[in-house]
Amino acid sequence: MAIEDLFKVVKDRSKADSKPRPEKQKKQAARIEIPQGLLFKCPRCGAVAYRDDFERNRSVCAACNYHARISYRERLDITADKDTFRELDAGLCSLNPINFPGYEQKIAELREKCGMNEACVTGVCKIHRYETVIGIMDSNFMMASMGSVVGEKITRAFEYATAHKLPVVLFTASGGARMQEGIISLMQMAKTSGAIARHSEAGQLYVTVMTDPTTGGVTASFASLGDIIIAEPKVLIGFAGRRVIQDTIKQQLPDDFQTAEFMLKNGFVDMIVERKSLRSTLSKIFRTHNYTRDGDYMGGAAQ
Amino acid sequence: MSELTATQRLAIIREKGRPTVHDYIPALFGNFLELHGDRHYGDDAAIIGGVGTFVGKPVTVIAQVKGRDLEENKRSNFSMPHPEGYRKALRLAKQAEKFHRPVICLVDTPGAFCGVEAEERGQGEAIARNLMEFMTLRTPIVSIVLGEGGSGGALALAVCDELAMLENALYSVISPRGFASILWKDASRESEAAELMKITADDLLRFGVCEHIIAEPAGGAQNDPILTAENISDYLAEVLPRLAAFDTDELLRNRYEKFRKIGVFADMG
Repeated sequence: MAIEDLFKVVKDRSKADSKPRPEKQKKQAARIEIPQGLLFKCPRCGAVAYRDDFERNRSVCAACNYHARISYRERLDITADKDTFRELDAGLCSLNPINFPGYEQKIAELREKCGMNEACVTGVCKIHRYETVIGIMDSNFMMASMGSVVGEKITRAFEYATAHKLPVVLFTASGGARMQEGIISLMQMAKTSGAIARHSEAGQLYVTVMTDPTTGGVTASFASLGDIIIAEPKVLIGFAGRRVIQDTIKQQLPDDFQTAEFMLKNGFVDMIVERKSLRSTLSKIFRTHNYTRDGDYMGGAAQ
Repeated sequence: MSELTATQRLAIIREKGRPTVHDYIPALFGNFLELHGDRHYGDDAAIIGGVGTFVGKPVTVIAQVKGRDLEENKRSNFSMPHPEGYRKALRLAKQAEKFHRPVICLVDTPGAFCGVEAEERGQGEAIARNLMEFMTLRTPIVSIVLGEGGSGGALALAVCDELAMLENALYSVISPRGFASILWKDASRESEAAELMKITADDLLRFGVCEHIIAEPAGGAQNDPILTAENISDYLAEVLPRLAAFDTDELLRNRYEKFRKIGVFADMG
């Protein structure tokens, strides 16, 4: 019951996100020839912009400041110092632990379509010359639900960071636990939380950046465990699906329910940071946690 | 042990009269004292916590409360905890750590409560915090699934050194009904989902999620609650001294490894 309907909610939003409904498309086609994907329509405020302008604006809606979903490649490009990213555990691929019909095929299609092996990419990079472990979840890949591979990659990323005394920055986005892997996916919540506990006990820093949408079992595990939790403006953050809650309470929910702003107001995120300021914010956080920059002279005894 | 399907077991654990923690706590523990509140917001009746003795030794008990009738269920919110329930559980677990007594969690919930207040007070954060804190709690933890172990709401009391399940208990990432509704857009295919999801104690033993199955009398615990309580008692009498014998660092290493190794994937290098 707990995360029931999350996928529906997230899928609905994703549909609203990506393309206009088929009927509308037909109508438009009758009137005027618009090459597909030329325009971006904001799922939050409905404003329409040229996709080029929208993408130049780091995929942020110029009208309402909604920070739209972006692929892991775009995220990496706007986050890491150029040519500093080295991927870890790129070869991990999902199997089918409960023999869910059609699961392997679905995964194969997504690997092809998204150009990635699974919903999460992890590695080491530099941000403003600070070396850090980074993890990016990509909602294009099965709504970045967490199965064995996502759980394993995040766990290994924290183990690597613990061993190499590095901070971790995770960009979270997820529909929650991946139902198609049954109980195994639920266990990834515990596994990742255990790796975070060890990284934390070793005195290392973990920064969560919650992006659209951060929900379900990911909110109820590693996304909520950052020493510092950042959220992007207007994104969806919550545990249970909106529809499930609506069905439970039988009344309309406020508009800002389960947004980054709602989470800030209720004390569950430290700050809302715009995409354009994120690198400098992360840099300040590293600086105030005694991490040193590549190439900086630290004073004192030379090493 | 009986060879029932997941659907048949689902029917058994839903049967009226199946014993709950209201029956088991007095049967298993002496000197039980209930302790209330999370010290931040309130006291959640969906989770009972307290101290007691088991075979003469102090233990902390944290239990999700299925009601035996509608009145009891209304009081305990049908065993769907709010964040303050999970925070009470964590407070009592930390207290157990301080006083070096083991923690026994009795899991029986359809899931954490889904509601506006639960979101406002951080249901996700409360569950996440328990997963992390229980992973490093420096005292033995045993969790037993009595009936329904639903999703993150169950897992928040099931990060443990050893997980046992009553023979007919089920433990799943989501209820079979929710699974059918989300993946097939058809909640009426609940029974098909239950079979596919691999949620019985036998399945979970094979996956390495559960370590021990506690036998129930034929037809289910409701047919002989006292015998079922005795079986639980026999298990606790065996497992608690065994875990107590571990050095704490070793106990925590084993606990980490228990979860660390769960996952099914290929590494293509």
